[in-house]
Amino acid sequence: MAAASLALASFGGVAYAAPHPWQLNMEPGASTWSRVPYDLNNISLAVCVVIGILVFGAMFVAMFRFRKSRGAVAEKWSHNTMLEVVWTIVPVIILVALAYLSTGGLTSWADTTGSQMTVKVTGYQWKWRYDYVSYLGQPIEKVGFMSKLDQQSDETRQLGSGMDPYAVKVGDENTYLLNVDKPLVVPVDTKIRFAITSGDVIHSWWVPAFGWKLDAIPGIINGAWTNIKTPGTYRGQCAELCGQDHGFMPIVVVAKSKADFAKWLSEQEAESKKAPPPPAPFDAAAQVAAQRG
Amino acid sequence: MSYAATHDQHDDHHGAPKSFFQRWCMSTNHKDIGTLYLIFALTMFFIGGSFAMTIRAELFKPGLQLVQPYFFNELTTMHGLVMIFGAIMPAFVGLGNWMIPMMVGAPDMALPRMNNLSFWILPFAFVLLLSTLFLPGGGPAGGWTMYPPLSLQSGSLAYVVFAIHLMGISSIMGAINIIATILNMRAPGMDLLKMPVFVWSWLITAFLLIAVMPVLAGAVTMLLTDKYFDTSFFNPGGGGDPVLYQHVFWFFGHPEVYIMILPAFGIISEIVPTFSRKPIFGYKAMVFALACIAFLSFIVWAHHMFAVGLPLGADIFFMYATMLISIPTGVKVFNWVTTMWGGSLTFETPMLFAVAFIILFTIGGFSGLMLALVPADFQYHDTYFVVAHFHYVLVTGALFAIIGATYYWLPKWTGNMYSEFWGKVHFWNSVIWVNVLFFPQHFLGLAGMPRRIPDYNVAFANFNMISSIGGFLFGASQLVFLGVLIHCAFFSKKKAADRVWEGARGLEWTVPSPAPHHTFDVPPVIHDEELAHGDVHA
Repeated sequence: MAAASLALASFGGVAYAAPHPWQLNMEPGASTWSRVPYDLNNISLAVCVVIGILVFGAMFVAMFRFRKSRGAVAEKWSHNTMLEVVWTIVPVIILVALAYLSTGGLTSWADTTGSQMTVKVTGYQWKWRYDYVSYLGQPIEKVGFMSKLDQQSDETRQLGSGMDPYAVKVGDENTYLLNVDKPLVVPVDTKIRFAITSGDVIHSWWVPAFGWKLDAIPGIINGAWTNIKTPGTYRGQCAELCGQDHGFMPIVVVAKSKADFAKWLSEQEAESKKAPPPPAPFDAAAQVAAQRG
Repeated sequence: MSYAATHDQHDDHHGAPKSFFQRWCMSTNHKDIGTLYLIFALTMFFIGGSFAMTIRAELFKPGLQLVQPYFFNELTTMHGLVMIFGAIMPAFVGLGNWMIPMMVGAPDMALPRMNNLSFWILPFAFVLLLSTLFLPGGGPAGGWTMYPPLSLQSGSLAYVVFAIHLMGISSIMGAINIIATILNMRAPGMDLLKMPVFVWSWLITAFLLIAVMPVLAGAVTMLLTDKYFDTSFFNPGGGGDPVLYQHVFWFFGHPEVYIMILPAFGIISEIVPTFSRKPIFGYKAMVFALACIAFLSFIVWAHHMFAVGLPLGADIFFMYATMLISIPTGVKVFNWVTTMWGGSLTFETPMLFAVAFIILFTIGGFSGLMLALVPADFQYHDTYFVVAHFHYVLVTGALFAIIGATYYWLPKWTGNMYSEFWGKVHFWNSVIWVNVLFFPQHFLGLAGMPRRIPDYNVAFANFNMISSIGGFLFGASQLVFLGVLIHCAFFSKKKAADRVWEGARGLEWTVPSPAPHHTFDVPPVIHDEELAHGDVHA
């Protein structure tokens, strides 16, 4: 317990954008909503720990007090209406409180209205495609790209590569299997709506720092939103089994200040006007074939 | 109570057939078929376990060392299918076969020939399923849930679907048999509300099986026609919907989860009163809680799908319904603890497994409650937190109950006592290493490690290595179990009494040990005070 509380104290208050060794608990995240699952996680865990101590405590007392080897003689009763009513009613009250908290958090998550930016996310076996749809009420033309596992991770992760996963680094941070060739770039302090779909099988788009994951399903466009508070690099992974390279299609989101993002966006738009954009693959079968190439 | 009836069977004129083939392959005897089910389940447990060992070996440290990612997916898929349909379910059917007729005072199952058929389908189903690993293109690799479109990419889909159809037919026949036996073949005086809780749990489970196995059959048949006959049930290109599959699958899948835990509740409700030497607390509440859980299992399926983008109203409904399940489940746990309170406790191996079940299953229940909260589930879903959750309820839950039941009834089956020392060695190794194996997986999930991945970032390395070490030692501990079983069946010199345990109540303890080939040819006379619970008159 002491070690755990020390660990919590030393990690508390720092928003990690990527998992770290010996991490014990969820992180509060980096968006305006991401505290909701974090707080619910902590509250429900605390409730469970308290109930657990009471129930298991009673059981351990029984196991020591009522041992036959200590001369305990079995009693005959098998009923206590009062007790049975109490341990049905008290959990109901706890559940109502938890349900109230969850429902509020869920309702705010489901409201994608009033967004200032829209990004379309498409899952493919085994990479992501990002298409910028609109920003601050203006449509964005032809800014979109594929985002797949970075080359260093990809070479290291091959069976029998003999390469060391611990050597895959960006600066001081180990980015093995958590880095991409081209990250999604978004602004901070902006309500960003994601339209999430898939070109082949079901994937799931998950950046833990945003507090949610949502499946990318062919034929369906799912909506979700985030509003990132601080600039930084946020890492995640595909969270729905999607075939052999399911473990190798990470997600990287770089959040920039609004000014930096506007600059980045205009560069991208200028570039796309010069060069013909890469064709957006809609044919799942062709995509799979190309991948296997 | 029924000594006259049972002693008559010493000059039984139709004992077990002498020929091996006749006895084991053509058996219509509930005890022999029960034994076959249990041996089959144990075999599958070791095969599924070997898949798990390979998975944990690959996950021992970051980087791929042993298997290709596609084969890793085959391993996770096969591990799930084999453990669920091959180990846990047949083990419960085997226990039901052996014990239900003896517990209700029936001479055999109601439909003995169908009993034989429902067992002998299973080896063929699993040969088919496992053979896919050796076929070109490999086995199924889309997870045991077989979500389309991914599962449709597998070349072995037809084999898997046929194998699942066979398993489903076997389960449905087994369930019909159990319902027919319980409803029609109870000895006079064995009223429904005097039956042992284990019999109640199987009666309710059997109804769940009949209700949902056809749903699974329908779902996988639609996969089959989507792949081979150009239908578009789940293909959005043809007007279908991949999410439809998930709704249909989990309408089967969630009751299936309870099919794997309700008989375990029944077992614990037998073992705890026996070793507490005190009647079970709140018998009727226990039966009612079982029925409540079974009913609720039909209206919570979409809590497996919170991340597919359900409408807000659906999320809320399924969250509330799921949270409700913790009430009857809590009642069961409280009742077990209260049964122990004021008892006269001893801790033989079956009781040790039952106590571990109560604590560890409850931990799995706690994480289940956390998973029910939709916003939190947006984080937990499809991570190792979920893997830890369902292994706590299925390994330290269902499996521990099956192992406990085996130790509890083994002397009755074989006529010999098992080695208490080695049973305790098995218990303490299992309970320690299973926690080393699964507890750190909670941390991995909370830190963001997705499930079903063959390789991971170095931040997840420490807990994965600990988990793998726990896994190898837990696996090795089960070899001790195998040794105890073989020793007890063939080598043990210590004979078991008819009433093996001092506090044991119920009809199964009134017949000799080992139980003769036929029991209760003449219905026993029921004396209420001999039954396993105390409050039927209250």
